[in-house]
Amino acid sequence: MNAVPWLSLVVFLPWLGALLLWLWPKAPSGAVWTLSLAFSGSTLILGALALSCFDPSQSGYQFVERVPWIRTLGIDYHLGLDGMSLLLVLLTGIVAPLALIASLRRVARTRMLALLFLLLQGCALGVFLALDFFPWFIFWELSLVPAFFLIKVWGGPGAGRAAYTFVVITLAGSAGLLLAFAAIHGATGTMNFVDLARLRAEGELTLRLAEYGGTVPTLIFLGVLAGLAVKAPLFPFHAWMPPTYAEAPTGVTMFLTGVMSKMGVYGFFRILWPLFPGDLRDHSGPLLLLAMGGAILGALAALRQTDLKRMLAYSSLNHVSYCLVALFAAAGAVRGQIAAVEPALAGALVQAFNHGLSASALFFCVGVLEARGGGARGLNDFGGVRVAAPLLSLLCGVALFSSLGLPGLNGFVGEFLVFRGLFALSPWAAVAGTIALLATALFLLTFWQRVFHGSRSGVTAGAFADLDAGERAVLVPLVVLMVLLGVVPGLITGLINPLVTHWAASLPLS
Amino acid sequence: MSLLPWIPHLTFAGALLSLAAGTRSATAARVTALGTALVGMVLVAIGAVNFAPTSGLQTLVDVPWIQEMGIRYHLAVDGISLTLVVLTSLAAVAGILFSWTVEERVGEFFALYLLLIGGVYGVFLSADVFLLFVFYEIAIVPKYFLIAGWGSTRREYGAMKLVLYSFAGSSLVLAGVLWTYGAGGADGFSLSALAEAATRLSHIETVVVFGLVFFGFATLAGLFPLHTWAPTGHVAAPTGASMLLAGVVMKLGAYGCLRVALPLFPDGFTAWQPVLGWLAVAGIVYAGLIALVQNDFKFVIGYSSVSHMGFVMLGLATGERAAVGGAVLQMFSHGVIAGLLFAVVGRMVYERTHTRDLTELQALPLHRLIPGAAGVFVIAGLASMGLPGFSGFPAELKILVGVWRVNVWWTVWAGLGVLVAGAFTLRVMQRAFFGQAGTDAAPVAESSSLAPLSLPEKTGAALLLGSTILIGLKPDLLLDWIMPALQSPAFHFAATKGGP
Repeated sequence: MNAVPWLSLVVFLPWLGALLLWLWPKAPSGAVWTLSLAFSGSTLILGALALSCFDPSQSGYQFVERVPWIRTLGIDYHLGLDGMSLLLVLLTGIVAPLALIASLRRVARTRMLALLFLLLQGCALGVFLALDFFPWFIFWELSLVPAFFLIKVWGGPGAGRAAYTFVVITLAGSAGLLLAFAAIHGATGTMNFVDLARLRAEGELTLRLAEYGGTVPTLIFLGVLAGLAVKAPLFPFHAWMPPTYAEAPTGVTMFLTGVMSKMGVYGFFRILWPLFPGDLRDHSGPLLLLAMGGAILGALAALRQTDLKRMLAYSSLNHVSYCLVALFAAAGAVRGQIAAVEPALAGALVQAFNHGLSASALFFCVGVLEARGGGARGLNDFGGVRVAAPLLSLLCGVALFSSLGLPGLNGFVGEFLVFRGLFALSPWAAVAGTIALLATALFLLTFWQRVFHGSRSGVTAGAFADLDAGERAVLVPLVVLMVLLGVVPGLITGLINPLVTHWAASLPLS
Repeated sequence: MSLLPWIPHLTFAGALLSLAAGTRSATAARVTALGTALVGMVLVAIGAVNFAPTSGLQTLVDVPWIQEMGIRYHLAVDGISLTLVVLTSLAAVAGILFSWTVEERVGEFFALYLLLIGGVYGVFLSADVFLLFVFYEIAIVPKYFLIAGWGSTRREYGAMKLVLYSFAGSSLVLAGVLWTYGAGGADGFSLSALAEAATRLSHIETVVVFGLVFFGFATLAGLFPLHTWAPTGHVAAPTGASMLLAGVVMKLGAYGCLRVALPLFPDGFTAWQPVLGWLAVAGIVYAGLIALVQNDFKFVIGYSSVSHMGFVMLGLATGERAAVGGAVLQMFSHGVIAGLLFAVVGRMVYERTHTRDLTELQALPLHRLIPGAAGVFVIAGLASMGLPGFSGFPAELKILVGVWRVNVWWTVWAGLGVLVAGAFTLRVMQRAFFGQAGTDAAPVAESSSLAPLSLPEKTGAALLLGSTILIGLKPDLLLDWIMPALQSPAFHFAATKGGP
């Protein structure tokens, strides 16, 4: 145990900021800015501190806080940090303040927005750090509330409907999670991820769930799967995603795609992988097919979009699907393929991190274009931005090429690792994935060409300012990180290697 | 010894005092009523602090009453009844706070109100079935007058329907109890005497009598398809009375099922169990879907109550200890949350806007006109959706744990019910409060005169919200009372069933 509850601080400092804003209804705009950025930025500072004290050679949880909470239900307040959590806390720490700046810049009533945003940030951090289903599920579900209002109140004209669809579809998934964990609790008396993982490793969990008989254990697995699949999203559970990303205000979309979509991916690794490796293996074929479908269809759908925001939304589906492709392929590994499991899993996590950076940067760029164009964000509304706004073009170009997977930029690292694993694990999937990569390149290059090249036309024909100081403050750090992590990928892979080795070793091989 | 047995009588005395005070001034009647409810709450709190959870009822008073028939004035408490007594005390205080603006015949209103509360306290504390029945009837009669006298939409119809259903239900109960008393040759009406007599009934008789008693009580609990009195009654009732109806009166029915029907006739229960489970899940889903298409704000909440009570009945229908415990917790949780939702609709919104039509409300930027009400409704709505962190979550979790062990398909339908609850709550929240959100330019001036939340409203909302969050974060407070009580031999039917 440690004297200072560091992880609780990580989770609750943003909430404390929200509380302060709530108690200060007359806060002037400047104070809202300072206060919310300070509390939002606390995640990065504490994350960096954790990074410096973190022992990357261990696969277990560090900075663990565990206190009994609800005795009659066997629930603990249990937080812990491993390489994966640390990675995602850092990602939140980077994306959240930038997304907050992007949000605050364009709106009236900044106080409510900042308040909800900090609430959302705390929820995401709680999901990444909680190790007992009860607190985890509180954060998981509560995150819908600020997200709902952020989308609805500050979003575009169709935001009300989009927010409603988003929340209802997510709730459907959550109902699956709730039912599944009720069954697990009934069988084992605990809902603690760590304890359950231990029970699973001892073979006890499978035995106890099997006592329900019949197809119930499979139903339980499907319940958990549904909850996570909706959030990630796994094709075909993505229906909520394009309208939500398109209608949400820019800064919120940055957070949704940069951080919240990672909550689903995180859940796959934290819950499904250790608790249901057998079921994952048994269903890895169809699941891989779905994930691959998401990658390919996401790319093809992106190719057909003329709304830049929708194009990026499908691009997110495409990129996040690669994480799941790697996960499912690894889950289905047979003896002899074990060497390929580690790169695949590491690739999935690295891809999740990198997608968070590049997708939020790209959504921000579209937000900038949209602001210049008075709301226009069609693929054909712009032209020759390269001439009009060279800095924007440079930074957006880096983000585009990072997203496309150009070697030397961060996006390449994740995709390389994923495909390195995939070729050994499932050659057909690797071939299909390569086609998807081509489609990805195609739509990203279309974006690049139509908007940035050619002569100044459409919106760009008139006065078109380059990035102002605030916009630079958001975009430059993201782009610098893309380059840095492309050149020195060891900065993140070093954090997760022991973890990935541990995961690979626990794989039930047939 | 405990002061708990005095609470019903104290409340009845308060009813008389309010009536008397009402002849002087409205304020005096209000203050008297609030004072009575607060004293009741303090006595409950003292009783709760001194309560040591055991299995089985702890007798508070036991004296002969009608000796020829072996009827005794027997009050007793266990963890289950104490939970519901606590709920009643909360609902009583909150209901009075939200009835502060009643202006007509104030003394009479609060007298009837307290009479109802006293009856409810009595039911929860009775260990003699005859006595329980007397208190039960005392609680039913004032409802009619409250709705018919102070209600709104089709109040005579709503009041009449509610009371006819209640009386029909209670006559079934009475028939069943008297049958057991006569045919089984009981020497009294105490729970233990009747239980013993019930063992002397033939199997067929047990099945029939269980049906009479269970469905009699279940009518008041709003079990599908006997629920139809509930939405109309809730809508017709004045705010304070809807809060009590949904908050505690529906619990009387569920409590009767749990305290009388299930322990006395376990064999009858086994025979009926599949029917009960399916009716419960049908109610959860059906009422939820109806709530999804209502255009009257209050009807949405009325049907949502039926849907949530379906979870209570489902928990009871499993006959499984975890789930029965969850059902009791759900009674508490729903009592608090439904009370709050009715308060928002009836008091906070309707009394300010004079409409409950969702299409009309949608045209108003209510989230800016009465932000307090919007905030309360959002939090209460989240609690009602069963989000973790609120009292509904541990309750539903425990119920689902038990349902998995008994019937997988019930679980699946209940899961669908959870989703539907989310959908209708979100829909009504969006349409009632945030219809104009996002359109910042909308003119607010014409109706910006809506008053902000008054002190009684704030206090009442804080009391109920605080309770649901406290129990949501620390359900042990109640489960430590409830679960030991279910270990009692009387709840033998609720042994941990099969499965893991």
